[in-house]
Amino acid sequence: MSQQLAQKLGFAFLGLMSLVVIVPILLVVGAIIYAGFPALSWEFLSAMPREGMRAGGIFPAIVGTLLLTLGTGLVAIPVGVGAAVYLSEYARDNLFTRAIRLAIVNLASIPSVVYGLFGLGLFVLLLQFGTSILAGSLTLAIMTLPVIISTSEEALRAVPMEYRTVSESLGGTHWQGIRRIVLPQALPGIITGVILGLLRAAGETAPILFTVAAFFLPRLPQSAFDQTMALPYHLYVISTQVPGMPLSIQHGTALVLLAFVLSMNLVATLIRSYFRRRREW
Amino acid sequence: MVGNPKIQVRDVSYRYGQVEALNQITLDVPEHTVTVFFGPAGGGKTTLLRLINRLNDRVDNTSMEGQILIDGEDIYAPGVHVPGLRRRVGMVFALPLPLPGTVRENVLYGPALAGIRDRNRLDELLQTSLEQAALWDEVKDRLDQPASSFSGGQQQRLCIARSLSLEPEILLLDEPTSGLDPISTAKVEHSLLELKKQYTIILVPHSVQQGARVADFAAFFLMGELIESGPGADLFTQAQDQRTEDYITGRFG
Repeated sequence: MSQQLAQKLGFAFLGLMSLVVIVPILLVVGAIIYAGFPALSWEFLSAMPREGMRAGGIFPAIVGTLLLTLGTGLVAIPVGVGAAVYLSEYARDNLFTRAIRLAIVNLASIPSVVYGLFGLGLFVLLLQFGTSILAGSLTLAIMTLPVIISTSEEALRAVPMEYRTVSESLGGTHWQGIRRIVLPQALPGIITGVILGLLRAAGETAPILFTVAAFFLPRLPQSAFDQTMALPYHLYVISTQVPGMPLSIQHGTALVLLAFVLSMNLVATLIRSYFRRRREW
Repeated sequence: MVGNPKIQVRDVSYRYGQVEALNQITLDVPEHTVTVFFGPAGGGKTTLLRLINRLNDRVDNTSMEGQILIDGEDIYAPGVHVPGLRRRVGMVFALPLPLPGTVRENVLYGPALAGIRDRNRLDELLQTSLEQAALWDEVKDRLDQPASSFSGGQQQRLCIARSLSLEPEILLLDEPTSGLDPISTAKVEHSLLELKKQYTIILVPHSVQQGARVADFAAFFLMGELIESGPGADLFTQAQDQRTEDYITGRFG
């Protein structure tokens, strides 16, 4: 076989493999848009569910997912970014920090249902938050932390070491260098990590199953200690637990969840490319 | 003819782990002069510079003995305010390292951290330090452009201006012209001769010739040892030690 032919075959194979990655995404998104779009209406987005969720809208589930994502962010962003700054800028390389890193890697590989059970045990029962937005947000936050910490740490480490030295040589304290130079330069990477982490939280079902999600609650939550409906769990419920559920509502709900997640993803991409163009190294 | 010693290095030894970088260095740096530290790579020049403004404080696994005094005061004594020390002792690195941001932001980074807020004062610092670094005429209409959009030679002079804006007493320059073309190099050297009227300068030159051109005093370092030191005019023309002589005449290094 000639080298050129081998090369062509190689490229063809690689191209095919790339296609295999893209096709399922296009099929899933396409099918959901095709089947779900007709169900979308102002009422569907803004009304309470009626008739055992077989009619009406999914407003409380949308609000619930927004609130949970927000709550997750409020907890996970400061803790995660703080931990990343500590690991990247302050911690020395010793047994303790290696243990922390190992823990983070392992946290990332724990199945989400285990987080759910952990949240049930710690927040719902032991700390007596009950099944509540608070308990759900905390559970999702713990699940999100590894993503936020590792992407943020990577972004911080990518900022050239010399900037820190220069800042110090100009009479800056360690922290001044971090705050004025390192953090702003690492921000796009940190934001991307945060959004990717929150995305995962927004779409998860298992962690909220025992900690916050309501099967059917046709009103908006009143406080952080209230239960709420949420899109992923609602989708699970209407797909498997309610007989005689119109298909269009299932597809419509899936479409709303997908649109929420994909639009956050798009925002992350835009932020990243905007900052990358402005970055000076 | 030796002025007051601005910096006194007393029996300084320094190790990175097991590797000895400096061995019992004792040396005076007179005020308002250009003192040149020269010698082959790995001789300890940069390490000594970094010790003079304590830039090595956070480097792990190192040990230091001896004392470094500035104006007679031990800069490693407990209670020394390190950022304050670094404002008195400016440092310019071998590569131009502008911080992200504009010319103005770069030059005023140090004063801003030092808490200077007065607009007029900042503008004045901006102009004088850029003038002293022989850069003002080239950048005065582009002060708010990104520092990274300037040439390497301009960036390096910007870094010098950035150190000068803190109005330090001492300026440490570690091969500041190693990445520059001959014209930029000449500009930097020329500004050094002006600057020494106000500052005490230590320069690690990027060549023996440069050292000979600007040195009032010179010290030759070889593998962590201070081989000899003295007035530049003497050292570069009639070195006492054979190794110094060999290095200057290009027989090694």
